[in-house]
Amino acid sequence: MKENKTFLSCVYKAFKSFGQFLPILLGIVFLMGLFKAYFSKRLISSIFTGNLIKDTFLGALIGSISTGNPITSYIIAGELQRQGISFFAITSFIVAWVTVGVIQLPAEASFLGKKFAIIRNGLSFIFSILVSIATVLTLLLIR
Amino acid sequence: MLKVSKEQKKETRKNARIYFLGFIIFLYLALFFINPKGAHQSLKTSLNLAIKLIPTLLIVLLLMGVMNYFLTPKRISKYLGGDPGLQGWILAATAGIISHGSIFLWYPILGEIKDKGINPGLIAVFLYNRAVKIPLIPLLAYYFGLKFVIVLTIWMVVSSFCLGKIIELIEK
Repeated sequence: MKENKTFLSCVYKAFKSFGQFLPILLGIVFLMGLFKAYFSKRLISSIFTGNLIKDTFLGALIGSISTGNPITSYIIAGELQRQGISFFAITSFIVAWVTVGVIQLPAEASFLGKKFAIIRNGLSFIFSILVSIATVLTLLLIR
Repeated sequence: MLKVSKEQKKETRKNARIYFLGFIIFLYLALFFINPKGAHQSLKTSLNLAIKLIPTLLIVLLLMGVMNYFLTPKRISKYLGGDPGLQGWILAATAGIISHGSIFLWYPILGEIKDKGINPGLIAVFLYNRAVKIPLIPLLAYYFGLKFVIVLTIWMVVSSFCLGKIIELIEK
């Protein structure tokens, strides 16, 4: 009985932390609605031109300077992909969002050292591009 | 003093989230006056998206609860005990994958472990693998398919080891 209560409190805790994130989630969902209505495919394709290297780099760059719950990045990436943006850009965006923390860099540096934090984030940025290319190429090979 | 500062930061973050949503609502209200048709279309698209996401998000919530129940930061940090061999690298990656909670909660724990002389490469592996979020897999699969999730996860784990090894060499 006691264990059951503890499990329920854990689920409640998850609901509570999710509730804190809810305004952002709702904001992103409504923003996506605006985005779909007002940003034409032509405008998006003028930013993401289809150039593998440039698009992947751009995706990683935007992902690196963004922060927040990964759920947000999945929703943005999923909707952008439906607008025709390449998997290379989408994947590097998702990976950089969760592995590179430009916003958290000062906190990471204060606890783990400036050198460690800079090198780790720099390498994570490079790896977000490499992981993206490797993932998409693998998917193309096994299709 | 520190407690007050933390609470203030928490409050600021909470306000920022509400301001963000408020700003989007304001945009919609403004659009209803400027371009009612476009605003209506946007709202319809958003509501469709929200309805589609609800079942997946409920699964995500349940998985988050299960993770909270079985794993605590203290328990997970034991995996980073510092086995120098292959097992140590695998344990660090596993710890990263199953870890949850804010990254700010983990920095002090990792800082303490690093000060004890643990290989910084293992800490990098842990941090990188935090990107593999088990409770969020249903949402990622909903958008990109299970095959994408599996391939991406494998490449992320592999690249975390490469990154860890590079950091180990640089920090030595």
